[in-house]
Amino acid sequence: MAVLTPTRKSAWQAYSDWANAHRKWLFAAPAMIFVGVLIAFPLAWTLYLSLTDAHGSVRAASHFVGFRNYLQALGDMDRFWPATARTFAFTLSALAVEMVLGMCIALLLWRPFRGEKWVRVAILLPLVATPVAVGMMWRLIFDPNIGFANQLLNFFHLPSQPWLSSTETALPTLVFVDIWQWTPMVVLILLAGLTSLSEEPDEAARIDGANAWQRFIYVTLPLLMPTVIVAVLLRSIDALKTFDILYATKGKGGGSFNEVETLNVYAYGLSFDYNKYGLASAVLILFFLIIVACMFLLTRRRKGSNS
Amino acid sequence: MSATIADRPLTAAAPGPKRRRKPLRSRAYKVFRAVALILIVLVFIAPLLWMLLASFKTNVDIYDASKAVFFTPTWDNYDNVLGRNNYLIFVFNSFWVAFCSTALSLVLGVPAAYAMSRFTMHRSALVVLMARIIPGVSLLVPWYYVFSNMHLVGGYSVLILSHMFVALPLIVYIMMSFFDSMPLELEESAQVDGLTPIGAFNRITLPLSVGGIATAGILSFIFSWNNFMFALVLSGAHTKTLPVAIFNFVSYASIDWGGLMAAAVVVTIPIMVIALFTQKYIVTGLTAGATKG
Repeated sequence: MAVLTPTRKSAWQAYSDWANAHRKWLFAAPAMIFVGVLIAFPLAWTLYLSLTDAHGSVRAASHFVGFRNYLQALGDMDRFWPATARTFAFTLSALAVEMVLGMCIALLLWRPFRGEKWVRVAILLPLVATPVAVGMMWRLIFDPNIGFANQLLNFFHLPSQPWLSSTETALPTLVFVDIWQWTPMVVLILLAGLTSLSEEPDEAARIDGANAWQRFIYVTLPLLMPTVIVAVLLRSIDALKTFDILYATKGKGGGSFNEVETLNVYAYGLSFDYNKYGLASAVLILFFLIIVACMFLLTRRRKGSNS
Repeated sequence: MSATIADRPLTAAAPGPKRRRKPLRSRAYKVFRAVALILIVLVFIAPLLWMLLASFKTNVDIYDASKAVFFTPTWDNYDNVLGRNNYLIFVFNSFWVAFCSTALSLVLGVPAAYAMSRFTMHRSALVVLMARIIPGVSLLVPWYYVFSNMHLVGGYSVLILSHMFVALPLIVYIMMSFFDSMPLELEESAQVDGLTPIGAFNRITLPLSVGGIATAGILSFIFSWNNFMFALVLSGAHTKTLPVAIFNFVSYASIDWGGLMAAAVVVTIPIMVIALFTQKYIVTGLTAGATKG
């Protein structure tokens, strides 16, 4: 710095002063502009497309049709509403099991024990595994003829199941796959919450004669509630948007009878398998609104429970 | 002080672990817990082991239930996948796209997270975090249109851009909670000693954030590596990433289970090796912000 000439120093100084004074936006702006251009603009376009009859090629001329796409989607009892129902069935059942199971496993792992590290590694592996590969892996395991799942059932003299290949059992099977892959996520979040809890309330309850179950219900769980809600929030966002394992195991349209077609799979199919961009955009906007509504309900409850 | 912060990712200000080290009451509970833990490990690991075993079997052995565990292993599936199907190109594609999108997102995301944390820009943070909520398909149609008009579809640049959409919000989210937990005093004393705010960020905050940046970078790399949908639409024949390559493996003819499992192992092994060595970082990253309430 000392060797700089006075004029250069002042120019540099001026720039430096300016940069330091505006560092808030200087730091934040690039990321926000990137996100804005890559998200806000496409979202606006999707909104526009949803009001047109765009289909076929992306370059083809389209006409403004008002809310016809929305009316078509909302009146569609064959694809849209079943897909919505499946989205919620998938999300709610996976979420419920993941939260209960995740809480049980987190409580088991809470106190230190020998071999703790190995258990932690074991539950981390499903979490980082590539979902498409996970889908393929379960496809083999759930294969009705050669799969390990039916070999296991037969070993216990139970009847074989069709698993992914039947319209009734495909979605529950995929819920199982989701539970297998994402329960560890819930475990890790809850465990982080548990280890950050203070000991005193639990200790006080113990001295007052509360048993383990009472301490969990009346002390640990209420204190852990904010963490539980974070886990629910993160998992429900991802579960609503599940795509990879559904598409990897059942392919286009969620199988030949659309048995696992959720809103995301439906919208993807409309966009890139059938090129009905207008209708697809309307479905996506509705899907987006559903997700935002779910998040709104969850975060509102969160504020309520804090006060 | 500085050593402890640099060593421990994301727990800069958090107190040490508060584990109860009291002996458990009953022996019965201890046994129950041991059994339950073994069962849990089995349920989570067994399917992955099954995949690994199948990748070393001939297709005849895969169909033979009596050869579930004991069989003569073969490298044929890997030879097939890595040799004939040019998977090494897809491995490189996956790596390159994940690496570039992570690096670029770190450059954009770390300063942004810092500003959003220090100036409590909650509304701006919400804009970036919106990216986590929006269904990816709703961006794909406009992206496809714009990028195909620019003749970019099928190139690396589009894939990297689209994967940044996954990486950037994740990095901002993790780094924000890291900076939130980092004490202000160090920067303040650096400024008292004559550094400008940006100077303090460069010389004090950034070096102390290595743990946090590693956490964010590793997770973003994993999520980009695992991403399927964007590459499914935006990649070309030569820029296919591994998840897309595996998916295409099935769509031709009848399923070659051995080859498919070998391909699945090829995708998951790098990520699992990374996970094994960076376990602590991944856990802190995944649980970032979860305990703030």
